[in-house]
Amino acid sequence: MAATELKRIVIIGAGQGGFQAAASLRQEGFAGEIVLIGDEPELPYQRPPLSKTYMKTGDATILPLRPESFYDAQGITLRMGSRVEAIDRAVQRVMVDDEPVAYDHLILATGTRNLRPPLPGIEHCLDLRSLSDAKALRAALSGASSVGVIGGGFIGLEFAAVARAAGLEVSVAEAAPRLMARAVSAQMSERFAEKHRALGTMLRLADPVAEISAKGLTLASGKSIACDFALLSAGVVPNTELAAEAGLSIENGIKVDTQLLTEDPAISALGDCASFPDPFSGRLVRLESVQAATDHARHIAKRLIKGAQAPYRAVPWFWSDQADWKLQIAGLAAPEDRAEELPDGTMLRLDGERVTAVETVNNAKVHMRSRKAMGQGTPLMLEDFAALAG
Amino acid sequence: MAKITFVQPDGRRQTVEAETGKSVMQVALAHGIDGILAECGGAMMCATCHCYVDDDRTGTASEGEEDMLDCAEAEVRPTSRLTCQIKVSEALDGLVVHLPEADE
Repeated sequence: MAATELKRIVIIGAGQGGFQAAASLRQEGFAGEIVLIGDEPELPYQRPPLSKTYMKTGDATILPLRPESFYDAQGITLRMGSRVEAIDRAVQRVMVDDEPVAYDHLILATGTRNLRPPLPGIEHCLDLRSLSDAKALRAALSGASSVGVIGGGFIGLEFAAVARAAGLEVSVAEAAPRLMARAVSAQMSERFAEKHRALGTMLRLADPVAEISAKGLTLASGKSIACDFALLSAGVVPNTELAAEAGLSIENGIKVDTQLLTEDPAISALGDCASFPDPFSGRLVRLESVQAATDHARHIAKRLIKGAQAPYRAVPWFWSDQADWKLQIAGLAAPEDRAEELPDGTMLRLDGERVTAVETVNNAKVHMRSRKAMGQGTPLMLEDFAALAG
Repeated sequence: MAKITFVQPDGRRQTVEAETGKSVMQVALAHGIDGILAECGGAMMCATCHCYVDDDRTGTASEGEEDMLDCAEAEVRPTSRLTCQIKVSEALDGLVVHLPEADE
């Protein structure tokens, strides 16, 4: 459908990706109606600071992506605190709080929700995904002297560093044998394990939590961790139910093509909830990152409004702030990609001679140059990397 | 509070009251200034709050900031700064911030 025929675009999900889609549609010149629907009460806000700056300072004024006046000025209809109950593809409409809203194009930006494994006592755990989660967690922090963190990924470790700096005793229980196992090389995991131990955090690796009580955690090994409260940060699950019920294909996320389009030409999907083909390997990947959310959103807006046909191929990037270390990752490594450490501490991930990802700590220069080099359209090879870092 | 003036590439000027303690990037977002995207929320990850600031009162870019600016989309000049790294204080009253040409 050409842009001129699009009268109303509906976006489900008002996180960073949904917001960016609305903003980019206007930027590309879309003059029709934009309806942005989100199930949280607040204006669209940034999640990354929740486990970082906000957790330290409690200043929520830094979080909104834009002030309310932006949405008025841009003619974006915000429906916050609203849930979409169903998508009717045959007549192109969604049901929002029992009210039908028609669409000419629909963008699914439904994101993820926290994984809550069916463990005994799981109800004792706090979460860290939404602003209301973060508020509850800050309240718990202020009155406690110890905390148990379930899951040693980015969010669990960012929180652990903040809690440690606030003077709490911190224990992290990770089911896998190493920290951040999905995101970084084994060597980088080890470097961060040493860092957190040096901060005074107790790490329990390869020892899944078996039970949670008001007094602490019991691990599979039988060891126990006494703590005043526990944070569950053991990963997320994509919100794919609406799409699945509407008959769209789900493969670890809502399946889209190189144009971020589902098999329904009137429905796109973006960000954390979308499984899209990795431009290099072709395998379907689902990324949980600001970068994927915003780059996907811009790509969809260009396609819908300008008719751009180029396949999506933005370079993935990630970051995590843990104490005074900023971990930055450019690119996307497969789990089996080998790791090679350079003298300056940069960790390269390699598939044959191709650099698939570059992991750095407190080295923005190498990170940014890697991102730029990977975005040039040709694969970044090991032999070219030395010149880049120099 | 301090007055900050944002100047668009076409010469359009907007002067706003900036709250002390906030970054210039946060002030720009709160006032709906075009051209400051600030995708990473001030984490020094994206260089999308890049502006030109020719004013000694703001100090100079840190090493990390320079490294990010190295890869900014718009032309990088000696006056290039990431506005997320400039903190508003009374002393910055009257600051003028020039926005770069949009990258697309």
